[in-house]
Amino acid sequence: MSQKVLLSAKEINIILHRLACQLIENHIDFKNTVLIGIQPRGVFLAERLKKILTEDYNVAHIKLGYLDITFYRDDFRRSDKPLEANKTKIDFLVEDKNVVFIDDVLYTGRSIRAALTAIQSFGRPNEIELLTLIDRRFSRHLPIQPDYRGRQVDAINQEKVKVMWKEQEGEDKVYLINK
Amino acid sequence: MSELSVNHLLGIKYLNESDIQLIFETADHFKEVINRPIKKVPSLRDITIANLFFENSTRTKLSFELAEKRLSADVINFSAAQSSVKKGETLIDTVNNILSMKVDMVVMRHPNPGAGVFLSKNVKASIVNAGDGAHEHPTQALLDSYSIREKLGDVNGKNIVIVGDILHSRVALSNIFALKLQGANVKVCGPKTLIPKFITSLGVEVETNLKKALEWCDVANMLRVQNERMDISYFPSTREYTQQFGVNKALLDSLDKEIVIMHPGPINRGVEITSDVADSKQAIILNQVENGVAIRMAVIYLLASKIKQ
Repeated sequence: MSQKVLLSAKEINIILHRLACQLIENHIDFKNTVLIGIQPRGVFLAERLKKILTEDYNVAHIKLGYLDITFYRDDFRRSDKPLEANKTKIDFLVEDKNVVFIDDVLYTGRSIRAALTAIQSFGRPNEIELLTLIDRRFSRHLPIQPDYRGRQVDAINQEKVKVMWKEQEGEDKVYLINK
Repeated sequence: MSELSVNHLLGIKYLNESDIQLIFETADHFKEVINRPIKKVPSLRDITIANLFFENSTRTKLSFELAEKRLSADVINFSAAQSSVKKGETLIDTVNNILSMKVDMVVMRHPNPGAGVFLSKNVKASIVNAGDGAHEHPTQALLDSYSIREKLGDVNGKNIVIVGDILHSRVALSNIFALKLQGANVKVCGPKTLIPKFITSLGVEVETNLKKALEWCDVANMLRVQNERMDISYFPSTREYTQQFGVNKALLDSLDKEIVIMHPGPINRGVEITSDVADSKQAIILNQVENGVAIRMAVIYLLASKIKQ
């Protein structure tokens, strides 16, 4: 198993600020916008973006929720490993809101497909956008593309992209791991 | 996350502690789901479940059916009263006929103890026991423990007394297994005639004085007197039973702490508990019913995930 660093802490920080600015460009005061972190790994990115938006760009009252997609996945009874559920925490309705899905890595697009179904339980959004830190291009199984992307990566199927967060793993770093 | 150690839910007896924790953690997620504006997930859309009720039930049947529908399973219902069982068909034949219609899971209530175990050995489907005679009622025990955990934070180390007709109660037996597995202290309380002789071999204590039992406990689970299962007279009169083993407001107020009152239903108001107790803040009877749907969703979901394609 070999691994190589795709993004360092400094690069991640620059990218997060760029993504935050791009969000502001489209959503300005976030009055009708809600951020939804996709469980389990999207929530760290969502938390971080919320922090940057509030502290560095003075955007007040950002609504942030966590969405778990386990019960909406299309590989129930097909995957070898049991599917592990996480907490969903959305204490607002998304009816007529502009929703931004936030996830760390976009790979096949199947998680986002599940998230699109799952979010409907909380109302009918006005529009849904997708923000990912890493976009593994050429590996999509579904016609899903991000609206905001941190970095595009070419990775083959045996490789894994792992995003590490200071809060969780003790460092901000993105690795490309060859299994 | 692991998976269940069993392929069927036949009784708490066959589960281990981590199975129970897994069911509770999964039920937490489903409890959040059933409180959403849209209370449904598509997980089990390719699973068909048959609810076979060879004995009357309101709550359990509705609760199972709702849990199945909330998971998007296809559901067929069967009641013995309107079926060919009356024409002399055997249990295996009945079930195999239903299974040949491509059913993946069977939820069964049956008057004979062991009916679920028997079925699991003879047919190809996941079996969920929804009550077999006076043997076990595992989902009821799970939702009871889950409700205690929700109310008191933990089951471990808590004092729980089960009051009433222990002899005819599958709820009592399943509860004892579940509570002991989670490290609770359990006493049973009722007329001596309604307490099985060897119940202490399960690690529970017998207390025949209701006041003493209530003073000791954190939670009292009140059971119904099952007149329909009584072939002989076990106590002189209902009135005398109520005087000795019925819980009323005055009795609860005389205790130096506030205990939690549970009841698996159906309640005979004025017999085992009075109306003011059943409707009081101390009673979590309706929470039990709500949790029942979440627990049954968790059990069905976890068992279905073990049915390989």
